[in-house]
Amino acid sequence: MRSSSEEGAAQDTGSEHVAEFIDVSKRFGDILAADRLNLGIRRGEFLSFLGPSGCGKTTALRMLAGFEPPSEGTVRIDATDMSAVPSHRRPVNMVFQHYALFPHMTVAQNVGYGLRQRRPRLPKSEIGAQVDKALATVRLSDFGTRRVWELSGGQQQRVALARAIINEPTILLLDEPMAALDAKLRAEMQRELLDLQRSLGITFVLVTHDQEEALSMSDRICIMGRGRIVQVGTPQDLYDRPCNRYVADFVGKANILSGEVVAREAGQARVVLGCGAEVLVPEGNPDGRRHVDVVIRPECLSLSATHQDEDAAIRARVTHRTFLGDHTEYLLQAEGTGLLQVNLPRQAERTSGGHGVGDDVHILWAAGTGLVLAADD
Amino acid sequence: MAITQARARALLLTPAGLWYAALLLFPLAVVLIFSFGERNPIGGYAPGFTLEQYANLPARFAAFRNTLTLAPLGTVAALLIAYPLAYYLAIKVSVRWKTTLLILVIVPFWTSILIRSYAWIYLLGGNGIPALLEAFGLGELRLINTPFAVLVGIVYGYLPLMVFPIYVALEKLDKSLLEAASDLGAPPWRSFLQITLPMSMPGVMTGSMLVFILLTGEFLIPAILGGGKVFFVGNALVDLFLQSRNWAFGSAVAVALIVIMLIVVALYTRAVRRFGVRRDDVGLM
Ligand SMILES: Nc1ncnc2c1ncn2[C@@H]1O[C@H](COP(=O)(O)OP(=O)(O)OP(=O)(O)O)[C@@H](O)[C@H]1O
Ligand SMILES: [Mg+2]
Repeated sequence: MRSSSEEGAAQDTGSEHVAEFIDVSKRFGDILAADRLNLGIRRGEFLSFLGPSGCGKTTALRMLAGFEPPSEGTVRIDATDMSAVPSHRRPVNMVFQHYALFPHMTVAQNVGYGLRQRRPRLPKSEIGAQVDKALATVRLSDFGTRRVWELSGGQQQRVALARAIINEPTILLLDEPMAALDAKLRAEMQRELLDLQRSLGITFVLVTHDQEEALSMSDRICIMGRGRIVQVGTPQDLYDRPCNRYVADFVGKANILSGEVVAREAGQARVVLGCGAEVLVPEGNPDGRRHVDVVIRPECLSLSATHQDEDAAIRARVTHRTFLGDHTEYLLQAEGTGLLQVNLPRQAERTSGGHGVGDDVHILWAAGTGLVLAADD
Repeated sequence: MAITQARARALLLTPAGLWYAALLLFPLAVVLIFSFGERNPIGGYAPGFTLEQYANLPARFAAFRNTLTLAPLGTVAALLIAYPLAYYLAIKVSVRWKTTLLILVIVPFWTSILIRSYAWIYLLGGNGIPALLEAFGLGELRLINTPFAVLVGIVYGYLPLMVFPIYVALEKLDKSLLEAASDLGAPPWRSFLQITLPMSMPGVMTGSMLVFILLTGEFLIPAILGGGKVFFVGNALVDLFLQSRNWAFGSAVAVALIVIMLIVVALYTRAVRRFGVRRDDVGLM
């Protein structure tokens, strides 16, 4: 796994981590829902757990909240071991996937619930004032006396949010909070969540299986697969330097080709692809393997009707062409590589004229682009 | 052929409507009319219009007193025993045991209440529990033919009717609500009082109403375990209609019982509603 020098420094001091998973595993009978998780969550960051259904995202979040005790390992919050701390004493709050609003209470009673649990008791006036403030934060000021079942999905979600932030948690946990919203409302809520996170300065941990959501919102993303953490990094890191095929495939569109290394020089590998083309590709962790997978993003490739010598070229035929305004998506069939995707910016197409379905073209692969992937574990 | 809304509704409601009219409203009307009539000297009913039967009600004071103390008491006792059981069945027990335990709760229904009540005669009688207590030197105790025996009998007989509605309400309860409460800082006992209990009130309400209403009409258990000493209004009615054949007075007693029950149910409903339960959540009402 890749770790920047900055991350290394943070691990030394420890204080920068608001929460840590240390060798945490969780078993449900035979199912290993979390497999030796090691992760430091930085104070004030927006971290997302991203992965396909059933990979253990919710389980990780629930162990942080205290709803599931780890089978092994330690969860720490604010440098304190949480093993003996029940969920009602942890300084974290959660926005549940289906909101879990209390149906027998009004909106204001729901939002004030956390404050009413404080001992010694807070004065009623103080609770009222804070509830009003929280409702204003989520733009529901006039809804205090409403019943929660009278609200729309988006409004219910904001009530859940207000209820979770009123206790000023150290970490706000969000389990797929946008899953039940339509696309437009979802985009709006994503913006509001980001604004909220910036204004509150609270650490947010979001669980999602929507990679766009994770890419657009997070400071860092923790990619999970089959109970394990596969890679942690900034969205750019994950997109540009996926550690293996799983990550490359999961984050963004990727062309993944297998090939054979014929030479290695200065962090780059000369790879002969299945179609016979020879490309020069950076290699993150050279491990001496001969058979490797190489990833290249669709926008890193270009097309040309004629062969240009300086670039490695793959001969292919256009099978689909989708015009998307600012860019055009081409799907191409090449011999020995399968289907490849190339995205051409509109500007490039304007000058070159573009290509039609059925055209025979050359896919150009500039030396030094793409990445040799490490083997999946 | 298209069936109109109104026709569909008529089709759906006619069987039940006829049933209720024939078997509920009509008999009720008959009872009401009889209660203002007189006793036929040879037994049965003689037409008339008099309040004499109602003036005579205090003659059955003991039956009303027993019913109106033991029925609420039995309801409360059944509730106190049923709630923890239902809670355990709905929330605590593992899925593996759940079905088995639920079946065990209804197994007593497989034999007649008559036979089961006779079993209690033995248990509470001279050779049963009192004998056991005596053997341990815990003094002499008479249980059979006391109000306590009747209470034991009715709680035993009606417990499943209390357990099931509460079980269903608790089973329906979204467990993530309890997690949310805990997440927001509520220790377990407080989330029980603030979330679980109010959310299960519809079940408590349904169970209590069911048990209370059926108890007010009970006559078998008092007859068997009360030994003629502890009798309910139900026993009085059996006596008046079947033995002394004073139908007019019997009808007046029945009407009085119905009126009292309606008042109690109305008061109870209001009290529970104040507890914060939504109208449409209250199953029976
Ligand atoms: N209470 C439980 N009992 C048994 N198995 C469980 C339990 N909770 C989770 N699991 C299992 O653990 C694995 C991880 O579940 P988890 O809910 O963490 O996945 P997830 O990544 O959140 O998936 P999704 O995106 O579908 O919500 C799954 O195989 C799931 O079936
Ligand atoms: Mg999940």
